[in-house]
Amino acid sequence: MNRYNWIVVVFVLLVALLAAGLRLDPTRVPSPLVGKPMPPFSAATVHAPQRVVGDGQLPGPALVNVWASWCAACHHEHPVLLALANDLRVPIYGMNYKDRREDAVAWLGRLGDPYIFSVFDGDGRIGLDWGVYGVPETFVIDADGVIRYKHIGPLDDDDVEQVLLPLLADLGAGRAR
Amino acid sequence: MIVELGHFALVLAFVVAAVQGTLPLAGAHYGVAPLYRLALPAARLQFLLLVLSYAALSAAFLQDDFSVRYIAQHSSAALPTYYKLAAVWGAHEGSLLLWILILGAWTFAVTLFNRGLTEVFLARVLAVMGLVAAGFMLFTLATSNPFERLFPAAAAGRDLNPLLQDPGLTIHPPMLYMGYVGFSVAFAFAVSALLDGRLDGRWARWSRPWVLAAWVFLTIGITLGSWWAYHELGWGGWWFWDPVENASFMPWLVGTALLHSLAVTEKRNAFKGWTVLLAILAFSLSLLGTFLVRSGVLVSVHAFASDPERGVFILLFLVVAVGGSLALYAWRAPRIRSTGVFDFLSRENLLLINNVILLVTMFTILIGTLYPLALDALGLDKISVGAPYFSAVFVPLMLLAALAAGVGPAVQWKRSSPHPLLRRLRAPLAVALVAALVLAAVFGDGVSPGVFIGAAAGSWVLLTTALNLGRRLRRDGPRGGLRSLPLSFYGMSTAHLGLALFIFGVTFSSAYSEEKMVHLQDGQSVELAGYKFVFEGVADREGPNYMSKEGRVGVFRGGEPVAVLHPERRTYRVQSDAMTEAAVDASPLRDLYVAMGEEVEGGRREVRVYYKPLIRWIWLGAMLMALGGVLSASDARYRVARRAVRADSARADGSARAGGAA
Repeated sequence: MNRYNWIVVVFVLLVALLAAGLRLDPTRVPSPLVGKPMPPFSAATVHAPQRVVGDGQLPGPALVNVWASWCAACHHEHPVLLALANDLRVPIYGMNYKDRREDAVAWLGRLGDPYIFSVFDGDGRIGLDWGVYGVPETFVIDADGVIRYKHIGPLDDDDVEQVLLPLLADLGAGRAR
Repeated sequence: MIVELGHFALVLAFVVAAVQGTLPLAGAHYGVAPLYRLALPAARLQFLLLVLSYAALSAAFLQDDFSVRYIAQHSSAALPTYYKLAAVWGAHEGSLLLWILILGAWTFAVTLFNRGLTEVFLARVLAVMGLVAAGFMLFTLATSNPFERLFPAAAAGRDLNPLLQDPGLTIHPPMLYMGYVGFSVAFAFAVSALLDGRLDGRWARWSRPWVLAAWVFLTIGITLGSWWAYHELGWGGWWFWDPVENASFMPWLVGTALLHSLAVTEKRNAFKGWTVLLAILAFSLSLLGTFLVRSGVLVSVHAFASDPERGVFILLFLVVAVGGSLALYAWRAPRIRSTGVFDFLSRENLLLINNVILLVTMFTILIGTLYPLALDALGLDKISVGAPYFSAVFVPLMLLAALAAGVGPAVQWKRSSPHPLLRRLRAPLAVALVAALVLAAVFGDGVSPGVFIGAAAGSWVLLTTALNLGRRLRRDGPRGGLRSLPLSFYGMSTAHLGLALFIFGVTFSSAYSEEKMVHLQDGQSVELAGYKFVFEGVADREGPNYMSKEGRVGVFRGGEPVAVLHPERRTYRVQSDAMTEAAVDASPLRDLYVAMGEEVEGGRREVRVYYKPLIRWIWLGAMLMALGGVLSASDARYRVARRAVRADSARADGSARAGGAA
């Protein structure tokens, strides 16, 4: 054992740490809202400015998807949501975040509407309460209106298969799968 | 077609690099001349192939070939030509190709400027660089091929990330890579010297200009990145202790330590083992930085799309390259004997102190960067380590470094007696303390301890550097004037002056910056630090691939107009991201900085105004450091010395061949 071997030892430890780090997902930031009831709100929907809905009108288990017509990643995840809603009959509520109503309506008209309804959050106040910091985000809520999971960024098929569907099945969303 | 040619050229370059990395090493070991003579032509051919490959990708970008996945994802037809060329390195795959091209360029440079190196030694250096290149090319071809086709082809491109559409940022990555990759030369020299078994002053003299060149590029690259962040992120900050910034700063710190210890190895034949270790470490940290940025283990604004497969590959590469060289070091280092002897109070020891401070700084940053990862890996917690930690450890360490930078050049090699030294340093110390007191009192209301200490450190470095320069000129000057001193002495003085300016800039801009965030209607104004900012409204402007709301802000001081600023809010068409373009009125003593945000209710706009004293000095100081590096690298000593060693290297060559690898 010569006196320089410690360098190699330090390096091995560093590599072990980096290897462990590779298996982690640093973008997974736990939301403080997970496990808590969804923050209350009351707002009009995108399609009907007169129709006011509140947190009581989101029966779970369901997904709440935060979207906006200006958000490129939402465009990207849209087919995934359409498939979820149409093929698997998962209830999805939209939250239209910091958007203009006419843009939002046109966007849904063009691309298809996977949402039961979309809450209109033009000034982002509801988003603030919900801790939204990037669009899109997707919340999973259970039958009691408690947030069980939050996904940040666009959903892809893997997220749906491996996380959302098993979780929804656990929560008793019989129609999911 | 041109895309396939580029791909093919890259595959060929890989094959050539693999040959360059293996056969010459074997040839050097067994003394087979035809084998080790392969290294030089292979290195040149490899570079030629890389140029072809890179040119092919650039041409495909210019032709808007959206059947190439990488181009479809990171360019668009409307992108200005200049940014199309810059988009080549706008994301992971292409920037990796640029990394490899630059490595090829450094290797090519070694094939041109190698006077004085023995043929065997040169072959080893080129082979080590070839191995590094082959590893990176394999990585590119296997996991991150920029030439991959997309079927069916995309109709339009998704455009370059708007954040990257800025002149400062387009040259930031190439400069940074020149620095990162440049340390590979010193690394290859160190590994070759370890393989060779002969480490002496000549090795240090050969390495030093290469290290200086790489260090200069890295300094410029980091400075550009900082300047870009200041300008483009819209928050007036210039350094964020982001993991990726740290990843570039750690090799810089080690590179700086290496520069100083190389001076000792070259002139005094001491610290040899230590210097070799630093050379290995500087490049290893560059590789670690590459891993951190490209594997997705850390969250950062800079991180590329993460892909575990890529992470595994780079980690394996890191294990082979860094682990291999460290193991070689641990095996060979006990045989390295330093012959230089020196007293406690000597320039050697002062430079050792400098090295220890820089290395400790590097380790504290490394710990701060990896700590969240370690906690997460152990399943303990998710945290992020931010500016408070880094500032708390970095600032005191830098003050120590500043103190040493003032004393070091005044101390003699080998031994210094304390009394003349104290006499010499007494005056600058006293003047620095008084000046700091005055500066702190003039700038702020009352003297704040932080400003006093910072101003004292800055003044101390400034005064000692100037006095040292004056003394040397008086001693050597009368006959030759300014030209009697070697360029490297001017280089050191310039770099230390840069350090002084940097300390002033950091101290005053962080202590006395003022900012206000207001909502303004057209015609309303806000006062800050004696300046009046009048918001004169917003106009629509159309750029090539974006729409812009351009504000007009008139700045007045005591009724006199100072400047008209045009902060922008740009919306890029394809990615529909809103980008803030801050407007800055720069002057040596202060920046006035205006950033414009979203429109809020009632037709008012969010406007942020900043007053930042001496902030230019931060970048000016860094640029002076880089200039100091350029001056040192141009020192005649390296050119003359190379010619001088040529004769005895011919003899050494013969003995190396006879004895094989020691």
